[in-house]
Order: sequence, then structure tokens, then C-alpha cells
Amino acid sequence: MTRLLEGVPRRGLWLLAALLALLAVFPLFASGYLLAVGFLILYFAYVGQAWNVMMGFAGQLSLGHSLYVGLGAYAAAALYVHFGLSPWIGLGASVALCALAGAAIGFFAFRFGVAGVYFAILTIAFAEFARIGFDHLPWVRGSSGLFLPVANYTENDLWNLRGSPRMFYYLMLALTAGAFVLCHALLRSRMGYYWLAIRESPEAAQALGVNVFRYKMYAVVISAAMTSLAGVMFAFYYNNLFPEQIFNISRSIELILGPIIGGIGTLAGPIVGAFLLTGLAEGLRELMLQLGIDVPGVKQVFYGLCLLLVIMFLPDGVWPPLAKKLGLHR
Amino acid sequence: MPIEIYLNVAASGLLTGLVYGLMALGLSVIFGVVRVVNFAHGEMMTLAMYVTLVLFSALKLDPLVLLVPIAAVLFVFGYLLQAGLINPFINRPEHSQFMLLVAIALILVNAQLIVFGPDAQGIRTSYSFDSFQAGPLIVDASKVYAALAALVVAAALFAFFRFSLLGKSIRACADNYHGALVVGLNVKHLYALTFGIGAACVGAAGAMLMAVTDVTPTIGPAYTLLAFVIVITGGLGSMAGALLGGLLIGLTEALGGVLFTPSAKSMFAFGLLVLVLLFRPQGILGRKVAG
Repeated sequence: MTRLLEGVPRRGLWLLAALLALLAVFPLFASGYLLAVGFLILYFAYVGQAWNVMMGFAGQLSLGHSLYVGLGAYAAAALYVHFGLSPWIGLGASVALCALAGAAIGFFAFRFGVAGVYFAILTIAFAEFARIGFDHLPWVRGSSGLFLPVANYTENDLWNLRGSPRMFYYLMLALTAGAFVLCHALLRSRMGYYWLAIRESPEAAQALGVNVFRYKMYAVVISAAMTSLAGVMFAFYYNNLFPEQIFNISRSIELILGPIIGGIGTLAGPIVGAFLLTGLAEGLRELMLQLGIDVPGVKQVFYGLCLLLVIMFLPDGVWPPLAKKLGLHR
Repeated sequence: MPIEIYLNVAASGLLTGLVYGLMALGLSVIFGVVRVVNFAHGEMMTLAMYVTLVLFSALKLDPLVLLVPIAAVLFVFGYLLQAGLINPFINRPEHSQFMLLVAIALILVNAQLIVFGPDAQGIRTSYSFDSFQAGPLIVDASKVYAALAALVVAAALFAFFRFSLLGKSIRACADNYHGALVVGLNVKHLYALTFGIGAACVGAAGAMLMAVTDVTPTIGPAYTLLAFVIVITGGLGSMAGALLGGLLIGLTEALGGVLFTPSAKSMFAFGLLVLVLLFRPQGILGRKVAG
């Protein structure tokens, strides 16, 4: 524990503690709508963090992370619907399935030297493959969707993840905080330094004796396994799953916007990005509601413009310059 | 099922595949020269299809006639896109360029959604229900016209890159960026021209495809993926490879749709992509690129 804190600026710790405290008391004051927005922010912060392990740390661009969200969601939900298995057990299946899928994709890609843009397209191909496959899988009701039984919950059943939005908010908060600490520890580990070396130059890393194949594999598997948990939360929070939606490529794009806007490869980036993007998008939605405009697509155009502006003018994301301003830069 | 059905489906798949091939040719040209993967390719395709739709209902002209002005419109669009947004990114890392085009794609697809609405729209030409018969084969007239037009455009493009001075200068940029700069070529202008040419291919393909099928804004990403699958199968940067890939994917999808279920047809295209990426990453006609 003390080793983890070593070298972290004290001001950063205070900021982090304040943010955590704020997020912890937030549900006590928030309305139902704000709580839903809060959940969404934490959700995107978490999956962004998971994606960041692969892209930000190890430099492997995945544009198909909806595959792991979808597989994770479907595995836990199907086990619950068919066998009444608690999501805490189903979650094990989700993690195992996604780790396996990640390992398979990583193995094929890295063994055969598929890299860069080709790798990104391969990840899309696998996600699309899963989308169409699940559309035709009767066990999960195919394209007509898998629904979880819903009732009006007066009390929270943590074991079966049936309960109020507040319960899901706190679970998501715990996941996000856990992912933050895990990623911090990973970056500090030997593997973290290997990843950064591979990201900067795979050839140089190889020449220095880093087993590039193995550490790229670890990055994909860890990222996939982390993402699967978000899928489980998604399934039990929204209670319905459609392959067309959950495996959709726009889902994969949506979840990488946060870390890119926040700052690829930084720990705070995915969180800052999720706050900015989801906060602004919900604000925009509210504004349009007030103005009486109801046109689908406006939110996505807004996402696109944000992405465009950030990539053009802040190629490192919002967080690095912000951290400098706050005096958190080493 | 009798063998004629398979033959008919295969012929129709091959004809549509040629139009797909022309679209993918645009992607291949852009990648081969500018070294940027155009992630907004399918969105440009639907843009061309909507322009066709608007012009068709306004002017009542045949899509095969509209092909020329639409290619011109897309050319200007592509030129401006490269000159204004993508040129500053030439020396940025790969993922940064990729993200730029993802952003452009996101804006394009949803702008179309806002303007044209989510419903599928199509056009009906005088020959929509005509067909040609050759022995046991019966093929749609519009598909035959579209495929022939795709071949003509592709041939013109081959000739342009092979024989014209401008085409040769563009190939020089593709072969050696710094060399092209040293001999005094205006590389940024040529890059913008190339992107324009690639976009014009999309424009022509979009106009022709409109005679064959309907359009919705949300089909854009699917066309992007289709173009990727085709050029990677045929070989990124190889012009003949793009056409060959188009034929192959058209055939695969058509036969997959008949043998299994139509909604699963693109699964076969992705299956083909995965196989090609794993066993021949440079594509069927692609050259192995060092580094």
C-alpha cells in the first residue's frame, strides 16, 4: 500500500479523496435523473479505463471493445435467466469468456503480425462477427432480445443484483475506484514499464529482451476481463440486451471517446473524459428538451465535434495540460 | 434448389460486387497515396447516395447520368476534407489520424440522420424492373448497367494513373514522400487531389448503387466496414486487388445469403477478412510492405 502511494503528489491524493467523497455522498442529494447520469459517467469512466490498458498503456488500438461488453453482459444475464445463477457467479463466466476471447484475438493477431490499423480493423471484425452471431443464437433469444425479470424493488438484493439505481451507482463507483487503483498499480509494475516500452517502440522493446508477444497478450486479456464486468453491470442495470445494440460498432466508438478526450495513457484521463463528455451531452439533451427540439443524431454530432476539436487542438487530451495547471505534473 | 438459382444469385452478387469494388477502389487509392485509412468512407458513400436521391427527385435524371456531377461534388468534398482537415495530420501518429476520421464519420452519419431522417429511401428508374436473359441466367438490368459503369470508371482511373503526368506525380508521392518533395512536387495539393479522386470513386459508386438498393444514414458504417473488408482481402493499395476483392465479397455475400440466411450474409465477409488477415495480411494481390 505504501509503495503504491510513493511519489504521488500529495495534492493529487487530496483531490482524489475529495472527488471520491463527493461521488459517495452524491446519491443522497441527487434526483433519479441525476443519479442515472452519475451511473452513466461512472460506467464510461470504468470502460474507458479498461480500454486505456490496451491502447493507452500497451499501444494496441482496439475499436471492437463492444465485443467484451456484449459477451460479459450476455454470459451473466443468460446464466441468470436460464439457471437463476447469481450474477456474482455468472460474473466469473463473463470474465473467463472475455479473457478467452481477448486471448484468442490477441493470439491470432500478434502471432501473425497483424498490427496498427489492421489490428484495429480485426477487432471491429470480431465484434461484428459476434453481433451477427448473437442475432442468430436462439439460446439468448437472438435478435428479439434477452430480458431480465423486473419487479418493483422495495429492497436491494445484492446477491442477485436486483435493486434500486442507487445500489448500482455505488457498485459502479466501487468498480471505477478499483479500476483506478488497479491501473495505477499496473503502471507501477514491471509489466507497466514493459507496456510503455512496447507502446513507444515494439522493435526497441524486443531488442532489449522484452517478450513483446507475451506482454501484448497480457494487455488484451486484462483489458477484456475488466471490460466484461462493465457488461455485467450494463445487463443487470438496463435489464434488456439486444445484439444489434450492445455489439454495435458505435458502442465501441462511444466508449473510447472518454479516454481520448481525457488523455490516452493517463490514469485520470478516462474519468475526466467521461465527466466532460457525458456531462456535456446530457446538458445538451436537457437544453434541446427545453427548446422543444427532438431530432435524433444531435448528440452524436456533438460527440463528433468534441472529438474533432480535441484531436486537432489537444492531441494529448484535456488532462495533461489540466494536471500541469493544478500542479500535479511531475 | 435447382442450380439455376445459384447461378443467378452468383451473377447478381458479382455485378453488385463490381460496384462495391469501385467504392473500395477509392479507399485503396487514398490509402495507397496518402497513407491514411479513410474511416469515413461508407459515410461518404451514403452522402453520395443521398445527393443522388435529391438530384433524382429534383431533376428526374437517370442515376447513370447523375454519376458524373455527383462524382464531381464528392471530388470537391474530398479535396476540401484533405486540404482542410487531414493534411495537418500527415505526420501525426497512426491512431491520431484514425481518430480524426472516426470523428468525421460520426459527424457525417449523424448529420445525414438529422437532415434525411432514419427511414430507408430509394428511387425507381424506368428500367427498375427490366432484366436481361442469357440462357438460364436472368439478371437485373440496373445491376448490369451499374456494373458496366463501375468498370468504365475503374478503367478510366487505371489509365489516369498509368499515362497522365498528374497521375504519375501522384504515384511518385506514394512511392517516396520525401523524394516527391525534393523534386518540387506540391505534395499537399496532390494528396488533396488524391483524396478527391478517391471520394469521386465513392460518388460514382454511390450514384450507381442508388439504382440498385435503398439508403439509410445508419448503413454508412456498414459500407465502411465492407470497403475495409474488400481492400484488405484484395490488398490495400492495389487497384486491381480492390476490384477483385469487390467481386469476391459480392459473391460470398450473395451465396451466403442463399445458402444460410440473408441476415447472416455479412458474417461470411467478415470470416473471409479474418482468414485473409491471418494467412495473407497483405491481401491477395497486395505486395508485402517492409516496415
